[in-house]
Amino acid sequence: MSLRSDLGRVKGLGSAKAGVHHWRLQRLTALALVPLSLWFVASLMCVFKASHAEVVQWVAQPHVTVLLLALSIALFWHLTLGVQVVIEDYVRTPWKQVVGQVLLRAGAGLGGLLAVVSILKISLGLN
Amino acid sequence: MTTRPLSPHLQIYRPQLTSVLSITHRATGVALSLGTVVLLYWLQAAARGEAAYAAAHGVLSLGAVKVLLVAWSWAFFYHLCNGIRHLFWDAGMGFELGRAYASGYAVLASASALTALVWVYVLTQAGGVA
Repeated sequence: MSLRSDLGRVKGLGSAKAGVHHWRLQRLTALALVPLSLWFVASLMCVFKASHAEVVQWVAQPHVTVLLLALSIALFWHLTLGVQVVIEDYVRTPWKQVVGQVLLRAGAGLGGLLAVVSILKISLGLN
Repeated sequence: MTTRPLSPHLQIYRPQLTSVLSITHRATGVALSLGTVVLLYWLQAAARGEAAYAAAHGVLSLGAVKVLLVAWSWAFFYHLCNGIRHLFWDAGMGFELGRAYASGYAVLASASALTALVWVYVLTQAGGVA
């Protein structure tokens, strides 16, 4: 039991504290993507010219596998949050809004899974 | 749906550096999102095996694709640099008009310089395929 007034309680509690969830995740994934994407582009500059065997060898190194998986998750997460807002802002018809949001999540989810499975398949020597 | 008042329309709203960079951040974000399809194409080909990888490598080395890759690399560096600019704003730094303009020009310059750097490196490498 509390002796605080209703107004005092409301002021102390503030909002439901879930309002910044989207905003915060967008920034956190952005922060993660700064080093990860720079590393990936720099690696790609060297790897793209390599043979298939060399690419497989590169991906299969444990630290490369981990970084590629982290990049994939952060990338598709960040992309979903970003495009979600673009659809929210520019698609005005309610049913198109719903369809757009569902398609975005389906596409990004499948894309992310494809990336993760491909990386794991190469890394675990299943090809 | 449009009975409520609308904000100033694009045709009569004079573009400034800040607003153009802002919409470009969104445009490059969407372009990069679509570009992940190409990345996935490359990655799954590598996972499929040597023949699939060689085929994908051939497609990605086409002239038209190369032009797209140059555009995407600029979009990437722009979104990266401007994203960092946004992160500073989120921390409450650099909001003064002069600094917002200076960082805007810095973003354009560094994105273009990094793109040029990458492609000069890639294209001057011996046996360059990209």
